[in-house]
Amino acid sequence: MNMFSDLQALTDFLSTGLRLSIPLVFAALGGTLSERAGVFNVALEGCLLAGAFGAALGSFVFISPYAGLLTGIGMALLVGGLLAILAVRLGVNQLVAGLALNILVLGLTSYLSRLLLTGDGRRIVEGFAPYPVPFLADIPLLGPLLFKQDVMTYLMYATVALSWWMLWKTPWGLVLRAVGENPRAVDTAGMAVDRARIIAVLAGCAVAGLGGCYLVLSQVFLFTEHMSAGKGFLALAAVILGRWNPLGALAACLLFGLCDALQLRLQFGQPDVPYQLFSIVPFVASFLALVLFSGKVKPPASIGIRYERGGK
Amino acid sequence: MPALKLRQIVKSFDGFRALDGVDLAVQAGTVHAIIGENGAGKTTLMNILYGLYQPDEGMIEFQEKPVTIPSPRGASDLGIGMIHQHFMLVDTLTVVENIVLGLRGQGMSLNLREHEKRIAEMSARFGFNIDPRAEIWRLPMGMRQRVEILKVLYREADLIILDEPTSILTPLEIEGFLENVKSLRDAGKTILFITHKLDEVFAASDRISVMRRGKVLNTTDAKDTDARRIACAMVGHDRILTVERMPHRAGKPVLVGRGLHARDNRGLEALRGVSVSVREGEIHGIIGVDGNGQAELAEVLTGMRSATGGLVEIDGRDITADDPETRRRSSRLAFVPEDRHTTGLVLEYPLWKNAILRDFGTARFSRAGVVDRRRAVEATSEWISAYDVRTQSPYQKARFLSGGNQQKLIFAREIESEPRVLIVMQPCKGLDVGAIEAVHRTILEQRERGGAILYISTELDHVLAVCDRISVMCGGVVTGTLEAHEATAETIGVLMGGTMSKASAC
Repeated sequence: MNMFSDLQALTDFLSTGLRLSIPLVFAALGGTLSERAGVFNVALEGCLLAGAFGAALGSFVFISPYAGLLTGIGMALLVGGLLAILAVRLGVNQLVAGLALNILVLGLTSYLSRLLLTGDGRRIVEGFAPYPVPFLADIPLLGPLLFKQDVMTYLMYATVALSWWMLWKTPWGLVLRAVGENPRAVDTAGMAVDRARIIAVLAGCAVAGLGGCYLVLSQVFLFTEHMSAGKGFLALAAVILGRWNPLGALAACLLFGLCDALQLRLQFGQPDVPYQLFSIVPFVASFLALVLFSGKVKPPASIGIRYERGGK
Repeated sequence: MPALKLRQIVKSFDGFRALDGVDLAVQAGTVHAIIGENGAGKTTLMNILYGLYQPDEGMIEFQEKPVTIPSPRGASDLGIGMIHQHFMLVDTLTVVENIVLGLRGQGMSLNLREHEKRIAEMSARFGFNIDPRAEIWRLPMGMRQRVEILKVLYREADLIILDEPTSILTPLEIEGFLENVKSLRDAGKTILFITHKLDEVFAASDRISVMRRGKVLNTTDAKDTDARRIACAMVGHDRILTVERMPHRAGKPVLVGRGLHARDNRGLEALRGVSVSVREGEIHGIIGVDGNGQAELAEVLTGMRSATGGLVEIDGRDITADDPETRRRSSRLAFVPEDRHTTGLVLEYPLWKNAILRDFGTARFSRAGVVDRRRAVEATSEWISAYDVRTQSPYQKARFLSGGNQQKLIFAREIESEPRVLIVMQPCKGLDVGAIEAVHRTILEQRERGGAILYISTELDHVLAVCDRISVMCGGVVTGTLEAHEATAETIGVLMGGTMSKASAC
């Protein structure tokens, strides 16, 4: 195959992989934050979708992608708030709460988008344009790949770094990790368990919502129903593959993204093979990766378990 | 100077007075032991001191000032540190991370290096030998406990509460731990040491208070008392119970254990050659301070724990290799376990399901492999009236019954199987006097029927009230067996306390 015959083709391929992985990275980071604190976040799919809808709405109304970004985060925070209330405060089974929210968000965004965004056909909204970083963008191969992207991509780099630093280098991250492992220890150390979990869920959902913003503001510039298309669940797999570590999640998502880019290449390169065959590549890859590499995963010990002080 | 003073502390749970007017004064710079059986209220008292519970009545003075302790954080701010029976450590985090978790006055960054240095210094000062960077799950239990101690020292606690600190340590670790306690006292800390193990109390403490039934009975200097007197005070001798008893007419031995050996859950030797024999029409009591092998003995006899040595026989037949199911079916052995909530009942099941838990597979309750619900409910209703279980209906969940009524249901289930041998373990734990009497009457009826009953308890007055023969257990051996008429609080106390110090010496 002469797919990567020249540097340009390779850069293009990697760049496609990176772009396809970005929504996954945001979602997986969000999942990592909330699961480290001991709350399953099955609602990642809903957060992506809510973020995408909010981004489209905000950008459409205010004609500014930045307004879209803020609205998207706001919408994802609403999902996070509901999840926090249901799963942390009311002690509803976390998986059930997450799945219910996904269904709710799917229905609501479909309804509202028809109501608000499709007056005369689909609304194309303002998005982000690529913004090459001076000097860095001129590095061969890496430059155009990493630094000739748009603001959302740079925001992704920052979020990965920031969440890693927060989890491992701050007192707050220590509490967050401890709360996912042994909430009793946190309680007896005099910290509020539920508060830490609620903040982690909110932060996680907001970050996941950025993934949805990216879909709208950087990729397709419009909202379509169910445009998250299972990315939230792929991100859940990335959380596990990445061992609940932001850097691991990044690596897992890049793998998925590259698989996706590869299948696109194959589709165009082999027109005589049904394209559906290729489009399952990322899912097969994630399946194989989960089966092969997650043999000894150790999730946060108290994940999924509501904390109660209990009797004696 | 008293570091801590308690006046008339009362705490009730659902009408049960777990603490019934506790008075206590702890002198600064001493090791003060609080000793008592499980359920005496020790842990409740400690949770009040640590701000997990609020007392219903009473006053707490700390360092001669009246205080309220609203939360664990409040306790920590006052200078009260607690080391829980089950360690409050996050296994996947390192020592230093566990110690700084929730520490006040941290900025944006964790500064682990700085803390590591200070913790290493502190560890060296007390001879703890802890590597601050080790992850908790890699450390043995004794080390983890030192981490817990460092945790409270790092928060500059003056009063350190140790709740059953030795329950998960090996004997060697216990020795090290007792040394640590003394070095803490010598550094000027006040230590409140909760336990039910007599030998440790005498090894480490300056003063001893005995707790029983939610009250502190007496406080003495350790040098002015001895193990025997403390043991007697712990098991109590109130003689509040009067159940009529026919004279004893025992037949041939039915349940016999010969030279039983077994290990506990930690792999330590819990039974070291125990022999017991329970005869037809006899109630054989086993008494001893909790944790001396009684639980393991009951489990070995019922088949739930395998013996590492010795034989179990019923009616002369060796059943050592039989599983619990076979023992129940073929040897007609019945068991009332110590823990009603986790072993005796399924709390979320209705009464009728709990009632058939034992025999649901027999022709009595099922036909062609399907449970006959109508007959099960009928039988349950009969038992409810025959055993005076106070409930609304057989469909009520077991959770909503009081402890006494739960116990009556378990007794109904076990006794209606018409057992040849009945083993009961701490059947009156947490029950009121009326329920205790009902339980004892049921057990005595079994004796009249010719059943062989093994009655394991830590309550001396209960054992004296119903048993025909009494064996005393200590340190995994039977230290003596007495006929009911020669058994008094004093003779049994000698066996419990006297040999206890011998056992712990070896």
